[in-house]
Amino acid sequence: MQKITRDVILEKAISMLQSGEVSAVLGHRTGEFSYDVTPSVFTDAQDLKANFVWNDFCGANFSKYLISKTKKLEGKILVFLKPCDTYSFNQLLTEHRFEREKVYAVGIPCEGMVDIAKVKAEIGDGILSIESTDAGVVVETLYDGTKTIAFEDVLLERCANCKSKKHVAYDELLGDEGEVIDSNRFDEVERLEAMTPDERFAFWQGELSRCIRCNACRDVCPACTCEKCVFDNPNSGVENKAPTTSFEEKMFHIIRAFHVAGRCTDCGECSRVCPQNIPLHLLNRKFIKDINTFYGEYQAGEVEGSRAPLVDYTLEDLEAEDVFKKEGE
Amino acid sequence: MRKISLANLDTLFKKINENAALYIPATDNAGGAVYTKYADGVEYLDTLNTVRSPKDFFFPQSENLMEFKVTGKNIELFDIREESEDFVVFGVRACDVKSFEVLDRVFLTEPVDSYYANRRAHGVIISLACTRPAETCFCTTFGIDASAPAGDVSAWKTADTLYLEANTEKGKKLLETLSDILEDADNSEVTAQQESTREIMKKLPLANLTTDAFGGNKTKDYFDSPLWEELSETCLGCGTCTFVCPTCQCYDIKDFNTGNGVIRYRCWDSCMYSEFTKMAHGNSRNTQVERFRQRFMHKLVYYPENNEGLFSCVGCGRCLSKCPISMNIVKVMKRLGGEN
Amino acid sequence: MANINDTLIPAIGVITDVRIDTPDVKTFRVVTPDGKKAFDHKPGQCAMLSIPGVGEAMFSITSSPTNTEFMEFSIKKCGCVTDWLHQAEVGQQITIRGPYGRPFPVDTEFKGKDLLFIAGGIGLAPLRSVINYCRDNRADYGTIDIVYGSRSMDDLVDYNEIIEEWTKDTDVHVHLTIDREQEGWDGHVGFVPAYVKELGFDTNKTAIICGPPIMIKFTLEAMIELGFDKTQVYTTMELRMKCGVGKCGRCNIGAKYVCKDGPVFRCDELDELPDEY
Repeated sequence: MQKITRDVILEKAISMLQSGEVSAVLGHRTGEFSYDVTPSVFTDAQDLKANFVWNDFCGANFSKYLISKTKKLEGKILVFLKPCDTYSFNQLLTEHRFEREKVYAVGIPCEGMVDIAKVKAEIGDGILSIESTDAGVVVETLYDGTKTIAFEDVLLERCANCKSKKHVAYDELLGDEGEVIDSNRFDEVERLEAMTPDERFAFWQGELSRCIRCNACRDVCPACTCEKCVFDNPNSGVENKAPTTSFEEKMFHIIRAFHVAGRCTDCGECSRVCPQNIPLHLLNRKFIKDINTFYGEYQAGEVEGSRAPLVDYTLEDLEAEDVFKKEGE
Repeated sequence: MRKISLANLDTLFKKINENAALYIPATDNAGGAVYTKYADGVEYLDTLNTVRSPKDFFFPQSENLMEFKVTGKNIELFDIREESEDFVVFGVRACDVKSFEVLDRVFLTEPVDSYYANRRAHGVIISLACTRPAETCFCTTFGIDASAPAGDVSAWKTADTLYLEANTEKGKKLLETLSDILEDADNSEVTAQQESTREIMKKLPLANLTTDAFGGNKTKDYFDSPLWEELSETCLGCGTCTFVCPTCQCYDIKDFNTGNGVIRYRCWDSCMYSEFTKMAHGNSRNTQVERFRQRFMHKLVYYPENNEGLFSCVGCGRCLSKCPISMNIVKVMKRLGGEN
Repeated sequence: MANINDTLIPAIGVITDVRIDTPDVKTFRVVTPDGKKAFDHKPGQCAMLSIPGVGEAMFSITSSPTNTEFMEFSIKKCGCVTDWLHQAEVGQQITIRGPYGRPFPVDTEFKGKDLLFIAGGIGLAPLRSVINYCRDNRADYGTIDIVYGSRSMDDLVDYNEIIEEWTKDTDVHVHLTIDREQEGWDGHVGFVPAYVKELGFDTNKTAIICGPPIMIKFTLEAMIELGFDKTQVYTTMELRMKCGVGKCGRCNIGAKYVCKDGPVFRCDELDELPDEY
């Protein structure tokens, strides 16, 4: 359950919109059910009052929208950023993807977001309403009455392994600031590393064979901001809407993981939006873990303007042979 | 009507599988269901809907159409089409069964698509009535009765019995091959189940959604609506909705050079993709607003205009649960139709 | 399966002649390997040509159906497939399938009418099929006027045929224009829409326009000014196509598919379609 309430955020949004400090507000809009909220651009206070939502299903990372919306909209945009979103925000600024002056960023605390798929797995279909309470997530169902699930049991994977409750960028902070967390986010990577190559291959084969090449992972990814993606270019020789061989679906994800290596902030959006529940974030986390191992701790987006190890050179850097030796140990 | 005890479900599957490849919903090991070729150890998963729709059976995501061998200036063409194997799909829900009608009107209209027609001719559909529809279900909006699914054979699953009724020649033939394991049944249990399901359907959150505001010849009412801009504002332009949709059937034809010849294949395409309509000298749908509008206008206006009012949506709810930004046809219908 | 036709499976064609029309337009003559015409067509219809491994694209058939020996395609170099075709030599095989689309109503609405053809640049390609069809069935039609303009003298497609054949016909009036003055050109200079207005045609004619979208737009405006009704004006469209038979889903304008319901449209029909082309 979120500690900061809708009312507090809404009040901020309305006052900034009405004072003219911002011309638009990025926020979540009500859906058909309490869980299907849609990222929206609000430009009207009445609309905000009626339709603005802040609940446990507001997982979307708004940072990437700032690229298109700052180009399109006149005036400043108010955006509410959860701690993890601020890392993407910084990373995009580092890559000069949008104009900082056109954004008013308000940091808001986050207690973790709920994965509706996990809720459905727990209680089945037929959700009439969901409400978060101190006791947990209370679900009114069509078939089995009202059920209460522990909040921790239905968190999005990235929230269960949250790396930071601290905002690394904002103009203003609402609510309390948190701390960087010593999370267990690499545990699953270590489990995969401990596998034999054949086991690991089988694992990824199984996961990636479900891929339908909808590109949602790429399209939502704040690190995927190329004007023209190589996979959309008919002349690139790799443009494919459907994998023609089982090798290709791996190639797409591996190339993407390589391309965002060092820039991926581990925001987890790729896995959140995957319609096939492929744990794509694990590919990125492997890269993050390796970069930490080989080049020292580095968190993309933590500091605006920081040089990622893979695009930086210092005299202390490991030589290729050292990496090879280290891997051999 | 015929029946078999659920305790003998495996016997039924084995028997069907003797004469034709049987596909049943099974776990995809990621919380969802996927149609899986029946074999020893493949367990039927009692699920409402598979993540991917069964359109794959007739219109696979990727299929080879023909091959070429290019030698100097000469081209040799190889027709690689083969007669499809006979197959049976078990457990198709009423919405998905209806989607085949939507697809048929595209692929079986002259000139008939032989690739699709071939699979369609060899596939037998055993549908399965719903008893526990989800909040995302809205098949009734499109006149579909979830408790009376069409298909070659309709099936109803009660606490301990599977009831079967053949609707087509193909279905009758299939049931004949199973006659020694099926028993005659009266339909009282089925009728009771249907009544109960219909009552549930009335209580679903989307029960009151209607198509009244849509249909053929409404292009002018909606095409220039300012609401498209708002509705598509945060659309990622991914292909999730189109790929999980049972009625989306746009495709691309591409060549793949194997180094030893050229394979011309067809694959799913998405009107949401930026290069879908791109030509050497221009693009008729340059922005995501236009692409988003195309998808919904196609389902709600263009398709019905060309198909006697039949909508190109069956209310399966897949896009409702899978869209990364939770924007979907229900929200579009309500907003455009003036409800929200 | 092998005995069932599928429109997606093409025939093999052989390029038997390549004519250089302009710096970026070539006209290709195509027959089957045994020297025959690949299929019959009507004026305004199209065919899918492809080179395996390069791609497939839709082209209007430039030759008249009255030509029973071969088909011709005038093709401007502007993308993958056309680039490749432009470096092809005589004897090169390609694939061909069709015919696709709704033709010009040469046997109905055009019958007995005075015809006015207006083309810009490569826009002459689809009209050439109709013009030659009408010339070959001369008794069925009234007068024929052809207004054709291009950027320069060198960019006029089929210039030789126009001069050697069309201008020599009785009751065929050819009006050529180029965008800018050029040495060796003593004909009209100026854009097509303005020239059409200047020529001031009788409004009983049936007009057929083809060219770049902007040229079609302004020419249509000029025609309306001259007193033409949109029901008297036809044009032909082009959008991205893959299947050619209204199934792949990309060439629609509203509920109409250009490959199937077009490419020929009467201008009042276009008014009924949403503005997305």
